[in-house]
Amino acid sequence: MKRFWFLIPLAAFLALTVMLAVGLKLDPREVPSPLIDKPAPKFALQRLDDAGKTIRLDDMRGKVWMLNVWASWCVACREEHPLLVEFARKRVVPLYGLNYKDQREDAKAWLARFGNPYDASLFDDEGRVGIDFGVYGVPETFVIDQNGVIRLKHIGPLTPDVIATKIEPLLKKLDA
Amino acid sequence: MPEVISKAFVALLLALCAAQATAKEAAPEAADPALEARMTRITAELRCLVCQNQTIADSNAGLAVDLRRETREMLRQGKSDEEIVAYMTARYGDFVLYRPPLKPTTALLWFGPAAMLLLGGTVLLLVLRRRTRLAADAFEPDDDEEAGERNDPAAPTTPATPAVDPAAATARP
Repeated sequence: MKRFWFLIPLAAFLALTVMLAVGLKLDPREVPSPLIDKPAPKFALQRLDDAGKTIRLDDMRGKVWMLNVWASWCVACREEHPLLVEFARKRVVPLYGLNYKDQREDAKAWLARFGNPYDASLFDDEGRVGIDFGVYGVPETFVIDQNGVIRLKHIGPLTPDVIATKIEPLLKKLDA
Repeated sequence: MPEVISKAFVALLLALCAAQATAKEAAPEAADPALEARMTRITAELRCLVCQNQTIADSNAGLAVDLRRETREMLRQGKSDEEIVAYMTARYGDFVLYRPPLKPTTALLWFGPAAMLLLGGTVLLLVLRRRTRLAADAFEPDDDEEAGERNDPAAPTTPATPAVDPAAATARP
C-alpha cells in the first residue's frame, strides 16, 4: 500500500486540472436566474408600434409564449435576428419583443430593415420591466407558460442549437 | 520657438488632466446628500451584472445607473436596506451580493479555503514530524561551498552538481 503513496500528489494534480478545466468552460456571464419557475413579473407597457395600446401580463394568461429582449443599439441582437425571423415563421408560440431602453423611431426602423418576427413589441424605454425580469445582457429570451410562470431564460443571442435542444423540447412539453 | 512648443505641451497636459477629471467613476447626484450616501453604501455591496468586477455604486453601465435610480426611489419610499437587497436578489440571485449568504450551496466557498489550509498544514506537520525522527544520513548532504557559490551574483546559474562530501554530512547533528 505504502509504495503507491507517491501517486497521491499526481492524483491531487489531476483533480486540480479537471477542476480548472471545468472552470475554464464555465461562463461567468451566465448567472443562474432566480426567476426560473417563478411567476413572471407583472407589467403594463405601450406597444412599440402604437403608443395608445397597452399590453399587460394578464393578456397572456392561458398561453405559452416567448419574450425576447432586444434593442436597436444591441449588436448581438442583429446576430440572432435571422433565427428569430425563421423561428417566428413556424408559428409555434406567440413571440413578443421587449424593446429595452431604446428610441421608438430607431426601434421601428430597425424592425423595418431586418424584419419583424414579433407578434408585438413592448416599449420599455426606462428599462423598468427589464429590471423586473432581471435583464442584464441583451438579448435575452424567456419562455413563459400558461400560468404565467417563467420556465426558461436564455442570456445572449439564440443559436440554432439552443432553439433545437432547449427551447423546442420545452415548448413541446408545455403544450402536451 | 521652443517656448511655443513648451506652452503647447503644457496646454496638452492640462487638457489631459481635464479629461482625467471627467473620466472618474460614477458621480453621485447630490440632490439629497444623506439619501445619496445611504444609496452608495447599499449599492457598494452589490455587484454590477454588466461589468462583473465593479459594484453598482461604481459602475457607469446603463443597468447600474438604472439600479441606482431604483434604489434611490425605494429609499424615498421608506424601504429598509434589507428590502432593497431582497429586491436585487429576487431579480439577479445571490450573485449580486459581494458578501454571499451562508447556505448549503455556498458552504464550499465559505469553508473551502480554511479546509485547504487545514489539510495543507496537517500534511506539512506529518511530513516534518516524520523527518525529525529520521537519522541524519537519510538526507542528502549540504555543501557549504556550493551554497556560497549560489549566493555569488557573479557566478552563472549552472545546475548545481550534487556534492559528495561524507565529512560534511557526518558533521551535522
